[in-house]
Amino acid sequence: MPGFAKPHFAEKLYARLVTPELERWVASIPKPVGSYGYDPWGYNEDRFKLALGVAKWLYDRYFRVTAHGLEHVPKTGRLLVVANHSGQLPMDGVLLGVALATNPHGPRLARAMIERFFPTVPWIGNYLNALGGVIGDPLNCSKMLELEEAIIVFPEGVRGSGKLYKHRYQLQRFGAGFMHLAMNHQAPIVPVGIVGCEETMPAIANLRPLARWLGLPYLPVAPPVPLPARVVLNFGAPRSFAPAASEAEVNERVEEVKAQIRALIDAGLKQRKSVF
Amino acid sequence: MAVASEQRKKTVLVTGAAGSLARRVIGRLHGPYRVIAVDFRQKVETDAGIPSYRVEYHKRGFEDIFLAHPIDAVIHIGRFFPHEKTRDLRYNANVLGTKHLLDLARKYGVGQVLIHSTYFVYGASPYNPALLDEDAPLKASEVTQDLVDAVEVESLANIYLWKYPQLNITILRPCNVLGPGVRNSMSLLLSRRLAPVLVGFAPLMQFLHVEDMAAAIECAFQGNRPGIYNVAPEDYVPYPQAVEECGCRKLPIPSIPPSLPRAISRTLNWNAFFPPYLVNYFKYPVILDGRLFRTTFGWKPKRTLNDIFSYYRKQKLALASP
Repeated sequence: MPGFAKPHFAEKLYARLVTPELERWVASIPKPVGSYGYDPWGYNEDRFKLALGVAKWLYDRYFRVTAHGLEHVPKTGRLLVVANHSGQLPMDGVLLGVALATNPHGPRLARAMIERFFPTVPWIGNYLNALGGVIGDPLNCSKMLELEEAIIVFPEGVRGSGKLYKHRYQLQRFGAGFMHLAMNHQAPIVPVGIVGCEETMPAIANLRPLARWLGLPYLPVAPPVPLPARVVLNFGAPRSFAPAASEAEVNERVEEVKAQIRALIDAGLKQRKSVF
Repeated sequence: MAVASEQRKKTVLVTGAAGSLARRVIGRLHGPYRVIAVDFRQKVETDAGIPSYRVEYHKRGFEDIFLAHPIDAVIHIGRFFPHEKTRDLRYNANVLGTKHLLDLARKYGVGQVLIHSTYFVYGASPYNPALLDEDAPLKASEVTQDLVDAVEVESLANIYLWKYPQLNITILRPCNVLGPGVRNSMSLLLSRRLAPVLVGFAPLMQFLHVEDMAAAIECAFQGNRPGIYNVAPEDYVPYPQAVEECGCRKLPIPSIPPSLPRAISRTLNWNAFFPPYLVNYFKYPVILDGRLFRTTFGWKPKRTLNDIFSYYRKQKLALASP
């Protein structure tokens, strides 16, 4: 009966992606949701499980990620996970999210900041919200930290993700917003150095006029799909910052975190045996 | 003795008495307080001991009620919904009417005014953060001129709140209020068999049962802590799911280009339940942070989302059965 073939296949695929182990991880993540399984930002546990299943496959089989220092990630409480950004598509955010959600020392749901134009795109906006993505608004971050959530921040923003291959592993300017959030909400910062995402989508040029016309932050000349480069994640020790006296002091602290991330990247480059 | 205690009772004027919410508020306050019921639509039938009037809030005749009764407090619930009357008439009734009411309250030494506003004032923008605080900018008038009156009522109330502290003004901004007898756009929409849903958009929404909202008004009235408060539960559901839970069938409406759903609504005259100027509220979420109200007044909704939706489900079943 061909009518039965499709759901059977879908069920099999679902069972393959959403393994009992994954169900256990998600179940152990402390995440208050309402009576229909949604939080105020549109996160939905069922959709998250499925997406995590797909992302976990990519994490293990495609990018063959190795993660070091996961024990540094606090098991509970407000947290900013600050990392370098690269690779045109936000694969680094996805892989970081998987590492945190499947952390053997205590899984956590980390919220990623998404571009402001996403909510206007049909389906995509809601889907990203369901997976935990939230538009990168400082008010959203403040509220989430107050609710003891973990947030992934890429302080380089599109300057980092959109840079060309020839600039790989050169940290771009860091915005200071994350440091203000950390200080105002007494949230510890866990720095992360990500190695390998630069090689997933090496861009040789940026078609800036076309990107502007399409309303995109950048449009790279790059492989159409991410290449299966090995990815190394290095998590540093958490750091807390007391309120700063001046903006100059804030910038100094931002530079401190940046230097820490640079050291974690260098460690990752040494740990990596081969690019692919 | 009974007469003396009756005289000591505070007198509360409740506007919009014909509506489901005001009726419930009157029901809760009648007894401990002397209640005066007024409405702009009709002279409402009330229980014995509740004087009832039909008045137009922006007309001079409204003052006669203040002359006839020593009014201590006003609960201003009544106003034209966006789907009632034309924009100008609505502006007169809602904005000028509220101004007239506040001026009368000042003139006659009213010691407490509670104003029922709406979450629409925040505006449905794709850039809205979730859990909007009371101090978030009111962007509704950016979205559409049809909500200008709602924003202006708020700014008026705000001016009076700071200028005349003796009025003890409390502004409540509830999320979608639903339940038996509620005639707002969302309630009319979920009462239908077929509910329009924008393709590709599933904004989260918050819903309150009308009885819980009446309890919230009672709490705010009795607590008398002037200020602005969001009234919303800590529970969220995407609009298409709410539509299904209410037993409606989804009617997919193309969402691109953005002018298309508005044109469809205008052409098919869906003004009452899916008006063109509310289309963005079916596209982008406007999620309120109701913590300030909950902690200030110790109020918590008693009914769940499922309780609220089950009324609409049952309503459809009752209509379907012969």
